[in-house]
Amino acid sequence: MPKVQVKMTINGREVEALVEPRTLLVHFLREQLGLTGTHIGCDTSHCGACTVDLNDMSVKSCALFAVQANGATILTIEGMAAPDGTLHALQEGFRQMHGLQCGYCTPGMIMRAHRLLKENPNPSEDEIRSGISGNLCRCTGYQNIVKSIQYAAAKINGVPYQEAAE
Amino acid sequence: MIPAKFEYHRPTSVQDAVALLAQLGEEAHPLAGGHSLIPVMKTRLAAPEHLVDLAGISSLKGIRREQDHIAIGAMATQSEMIASPLLAEILPIIRETSLLIGDPQIRYVGTIGGNVANGDPGNDMPALMMCLDAEYQLAGRNGERRVRARAFYFGAYDTARQNDEILTEVRIPIPAKGHGYAYEKLKRKVGDYAVAAAAVMLTITNGTCRAASIGLTNVADTPLWAEAAAQALVGTRIDRTAIANAANAAEAITNPASDGHGPAEYRRKMTGVTVRRAIERAKLRAEV
Ligand SMILES: Cc1cc2nc3c(=O)[nH]c(=O)nc-3n(C[C@H](O)[C@H](O)[C@H](O)COP(=O)(O)OP(=O)(O)OC[C@H]3O[C@@H](n4cnc5c(N)ncnc54)[C@H](O)[C@@H]3O)c2cc1C
Ligand code: FES
Ligand code: FES
Repeated sequence: MPKVQVKMTINGREVEALVEPRTLLVHFLREQLGLTGTHIGCDTSHCGACTVDLNDMSVKSCALFAVQANGATILTIEGMAAPDGTLHALQEGFRQMHGLQCGYCTPGMIMRAHRLLKENPNPSEDEIRSGISGNLCRCTGYQNIVKSIQYAAAKINGVPYQEAAE
Repeated sequence: MIPAKFEYHRPTSVQDAVALLAQLGEEAHPLAGGHSLIPVMKTRLAAPEHLVDLAGISSLKGIRREQDHIAIGAMATQSEMIASPLLAEILPIIRETSLLIGDPQIRYVGTIGGNVANGDPGNDMPALMMCLDAEYQLAGRNGERRVRARAFYFGAYDTARQNDEILTEVRIPIPAKGHGYAYEKLKRKVGDYAVAAAAVMLTITNGTCRAASIGLTNVADTPLWAEAAAQALVGTRIDRTAIANAANAAEAITNPASDGHGPAEYRRKMTGVTVRRAIERAKLRAEV
């Protein structure tokens, strides 16, 4: 079967490569490009650990072929921090608010939350919870993930973060 | 999990896509979002030798109003339908149903064409399209034709679509202004297919039901149009007796499997429950 030439912009960098049509986007990112920040959790399109941003949409990269992303603009967790290493507001939020324990779900959570905040800069708690409903976390119980996203939203909007009373 | 090998094609017109399907035969499948197809290719339940990606065909995109119809391009995604002001105004039940499909990531990618062409009784759009009396526009080597959703589904993964045909658009008659609607889906958690689900459309004038239509998801090997259930409402004031009659008539035509969604008996009962809840909600929303 002929390989296919693909070209994409990944984390601001132009990438050209030959891929087998059956190569899943997540395998292309992790194995061909060495971008191992995107995780494979379930491999059955349920857990969201493999979520990346593709043409301004959150997608599960275990359920798409790399060839489908030909020409696309992709952002992965590796592209979130500034070049000088300054953390993105979401990364800072997850760190400050203990939004992770084992960290396995975190790249997918952050990439999903990133698109959620782009579409809805000021989400309610309910909107955050339904916004990340395609991402599973086996450790945190989600409470601190919600707070991390609220922290990031406040930081991006330039307002002080206030923890809601429990 | 890695799918079997296949050759990838990316035509830019419906004509080219149809020609490819006709030339490549049985072993070629259209690829839309891939969110039904790729998971079964990963488990190797499907191993097509050719995929014809429809993503490069711009004419398959978009949601338009055409006289007395709404035309939804096959490649319109669930999130595009959720965001469409036109659908929100004229067919809000499509938004309500789309929001109950999968999860946010799935909805960015999954398309209406893939959802209705797939033939999986678990998909939510087919029963809704039966309820709305939608037609599917098909393009094949012998030209174009339209098939009503109510005549499209023969069995699980067995539909009226020929191998060389592409479903290009879904056409939905514009319903009466002020109609009541609801899509009620019972599922255990986000991302699950329905244990049972019901789509209900109602028109009420002076307190009396003038027209009704009901579709059922995942309670037989095809989606179901519950004609007798809907008839049980027409001419009534949609009181408790009429609703119970409709729910019973809906249960009577189900033939659910006993599987991970629950035993058949339970799913049959839950069909009645979703029908009742959908009718009650649709009634509240209808202008009377
Ligand atoms: C985790 C998860 C949860 C999901 N939950 C739900 C749910 O709750 N409800 C639900 O309804 N769906 C659900 N889905 C399915 C999802 O919505 C799919 O996107 C949809 O069923 C198929 O659309 P697609 O564009 O991905 O089609 P594809 O997977 O690309 O195609 C599906 C089938 O249709 C054929 N096909 C596609 N487009 C056309 C066309 N235009 N003409 C002819 N044939 C075509 C393909 O050859 C294939 O056989 C879920 C999927 C996942 C991964
Ligand atoms: S690894 Fe892709 S959704 Fe779980
Ligand atoms: S932190 Fe362990 S899965 Fe989320």
